[in-house]
Amino acid sequence: MKRTYQDQIHFEGRIWMLGALLLFVSLPLFISIFSGVWPSFKNFFPGFIATAVIFWPVTTIEVFTFTPMLGSGSSYLAFVTGNLTSLKVPAALNAQDALGVEKGTDEGDVLATIAVASSSIATTLIIILGIILIIPLAPILESDVLKPAFDNVIPALFGAIGVVYITKRFKVAIVPIIFMLIFFLVVPGSGGLVGIMVPVGVVISLVVARVLYKKGLIK
Amino acid sequence: MDFLNVWWVYLIVGIIFLYVLAQSTVFLLKARKRALELNFTKEQIRKTITSSMIFSIAPSMAILFGLVILTKVFGPMVAGLRLGTLGALTYELPAATNVIKGVFGLDIGSLAITPEMIVTALWVMTLGCIPPLLIVPLFLKKISSRFDQIKEKDETWKNIMMDALFLGMISAFVGYVVAPVTDELTGDTYISILAILVLVTSALFIIIFGILMKKFKQDWLKNYALPLSMIASMGLALVYALLGVR
Repeated sequence: MKRTYQDQIHFEGRIWMLGALLLFVSLPLFISIFSGVWPSFKNFFPGFIATAVIFWPVTTIEVFTFTPMLGSGSSYLAFVTGNLTSLKVPAALNAQDALGVEKGTDEGDVLATIAVASSSIATTLIIILGIILIIPLAPILESDVLKPAFDNVIPALFGAIGVVYITKRFKVAIVPIIFMLIFFLVVPGSGGLVGIMVPVGVVISLVVARVLYKKGLIK
Repeated sequence: MDFLNVWWVYLIVGIIFLYVLAQSTVFLLKARKRALELNFTKEQIRKTITSSMIFSIAPSMAILFGLVILTKVFGPMVAGLRLGTLGALTYELPAATNVIKGVFGLDIGSLAITPEMIVTALWVMTLGCIPPLLIVPLFLKKISSRFDQIKEKDETWKNIMMDALFLGMISAFVGYVVAPVTDELTGDTYISILAILVLVTSALFIIIFGILMKKFKQDWLKNYALPLSMIASMGLALVYALLGVR
């Protein structure tokens, strides 16, 4: 029996992703084998625990947060190529909004896959170019003159995306936005917690949306 | 890091980059074929590809900034690979710092960093953000079918829920913009007025582009309003900074 597009994506996506897993692990493995340098357990363990205690839960929650936004095809790709919040999710969102396609549909899923794949190719090529040109590029990228631009990619991205969605669903947006503004203003060192706060924001906005929808205040 | 400057590291990193490019290309071609079946025009697909690539330029430049930092520990090949796949600078730098500073007590970029420290950091970075590579292949189909059930049950709620999902992410990053930052040199902690100004500027640009699209029928802007707003506001960040805003 011929597989549907979605079944085919899941079948091939799994193979590609497991291949990526093997390749990613092969890098430190081959470096250790060929160079003969292995981490000692007493040094590896504390570093790993300090990292995994934060990033294992965060990256796990990210899967459940971002996959409904991205759809199947782009999820298999986006979680291999990384940089989800600053590149892949906004790229998918931009593509769907530009053509006025409903999210969570076959059409939305396919457009998101095209956007994420295109974005992945562009980013990979730019990084490869950056690697080749690292010596002449380093002083430019580290220059004090350009630093304010590179430091503000996130505000530039979420200012534009934010205003579109906040005005579209103002009643849903107001509670999570106020919560986050207070949280980040009040909690010391909160700047490093944005990855953890994304799923928190998602839960708050979903609860608010559900309550408003049930009360007939939004449609 | 000289021990990473050898042909076989270049070969492994090259293979991984080729793999990522191949996966992206295969998914792009499959999605394109499916998009044509769903009655998207070739022009719409071409514009989606072009605008997604143009949009990716500005955030990718910020990744290159991270590349310069991580190159000081891992060399450009390994640093580029770590930043271009799987994670992001927001994972890779803290993970590397947990090892180099947390375990060995040195700063990123210190000349005293040894091959053992680098290999330890690389293992921690690799295994520290591995869950998605296991969870997605194992559970994505189940997550998708559960999500499909919700969609089929109530179409109106599905649309609201999708917007709410994005708003959750957006709210976290809008809040993040007002988080106090600490100047590495002076130790001063302050709220970045510059970041807030860039956020507002970018929002204003996309509103202006929206007006141009609606009132003056500039439809070509649909695909490019977001990247143009980003690039314009990042450009103005340089002007604001020159005027003394921080």
